[in-house]
Amino acid sequence: MLDKNGIAQRIAKEVKDGYYVNLGIGIPTLVANFVRDDIEVEFQSENGILGMGPFPLEGEVDPDLINAGKQTITARPGASFFDSAMSFGMIRGQHVDLTILGAMEVSQEGDIANWKIPGKMVKGMGGAMDLVGSAENIIVAMMHTNRAGASKLLKSCSLPLTGVKCVTKIVTNLAVLEVVGGKFKLLERAPGVSVEEIKNATEGEMIVPNEVPEMKL
Amino acid sequence: MIKKVVANAQEALEGVEDGMTFMLGGFGLSGIAENSIAELVRRNVKNVTCISNNAGVDDFGLGLLLQQKQIKKMISSYVGENAEFERQMLSGELEVDLIPQGTLAERCRAAQHGIPAFYTPAGYGTEVAEGKEVREFDGKPHIMELAFKADFAFVKAWKGDEAGNLIFKGTARNFNPNMCGAAKITVVEVEELVKPGELDPNFVHIPGIFVQRIYQGKNYEKRIEQRTVRK
Repeated sequence: MLDKNGIAQRIAKEVKDGYYVNLGIGIPTLVANFVRDDIEVEFQSENGILGMGPFPLEGEVDPDLINAGKQTITARPGASFFDSAMSFGMIRGQHVDLTILGAMEVSQEGDIANWKIPGKMVKGMGGAMDLVGSAENIIVAMMHTNRAGASKLLKSCSLPLTGVKCVTKIVTNLAVLEVVGGKFKLLERAPGVSVEEIKNATEGEMIVPNEVPEMKL
Repeated sequence: MIKKVVANAQEALEGVEDGMTFMLGGFGLSGIAENSIAELVRRNVKNVTCISNNAGVDDFGLGLLLQQKQIKKMISSYVGENAEFERQMLSGELEVDLIPQGTLAERCRAAQHGIPAFYTPAGYGTEVAEGKEVREFDGKPHIMELAFKADFAFVKAWKGDEAGNLIFKGTARNFNPNMCGAAKITVVEVEELVKPGELDPNFVHIPGIFVQRIYQGKNYEKRIEQRTVRK
């Protein structure tokens, strides 16, 4: 079974040379730590930077330089700044190659719910609806089950949706799956996790090939 | 040269009244119009609608207006860092319209550019699409969104000249350029106000035509929400 860093490490393998990538808050942010250093990747943060670098050193902190999680960051050589309309032009115009974000629920149709729990304080969708509404390559990073142990991979989402038929791949603490023809397809098992365990933790319909390899990190 | 320079925030906010709709730049607390917000607090205008990506924190940014119960309605994409906001929202004192961040930016840009409406895929199939026109382009459903209408836009830029030309810094740019000229009156505060000719026209981000009033702000606090450093 993977921890959050393990999920990020596995997703980092999906990041290819030459990609522009948008990372959501939470596990997705960790992906940047595991991207191979022999490939060129630019990270976009939707508040208005391409070429986001690591967190600053104590003496470099600049209040005019933050990411979408409002954390202080740095800009890499070759970085650029732009306004919010242009930032979402990059996203809506499908210029960003890969979007990685967290979710509360994903359905076998590829629907995603990650912004609102009825009865709880709603903080807002931020840029999530724009990202999932337009991106062609969306990977969800999440735990396979919620804190109560219930599956987060469902026939249909029970929570208010963020987007419909948009998720292409899901990486959880138990497995890598893709959404194909209205079903989850099991691609890889996490180290030490059996197909049986994944089946038990997946409420939605799942295609299980005869051979399901253990993921390599 | 057309006169745009005003002496201070007090003069810049002349004409601000109860019940108006304001646009306010900034992402979190980065790039917010600190001096204009302080003046809105001082004037204590009530029942206002604020179009702003976020709602500040309890004791800074738009949180200061919330403390005085000046805001009737917020139009934002994310409002998660404010306990007073939550209290007013749950008690029904505050109306809240949550919209996707890119849609918020584009509704500003549309107002700025004289485009009454546009189609976007963001929010299709969700509660954001309820009651909105849906139209397919290339087989993909989109929803129609309208340009904002606002009385004042309160913008923060880094440098500006007396002609109203603006340059922004880092990610403090965010929604600020998109709100210039998107309201009836655009009020800009800058950290440094210079004479015409001192900004290289090649590096102007927003031309002065979108700006009605400009002044040099003072005492910028630039509070950081998530100070994150590496060792």
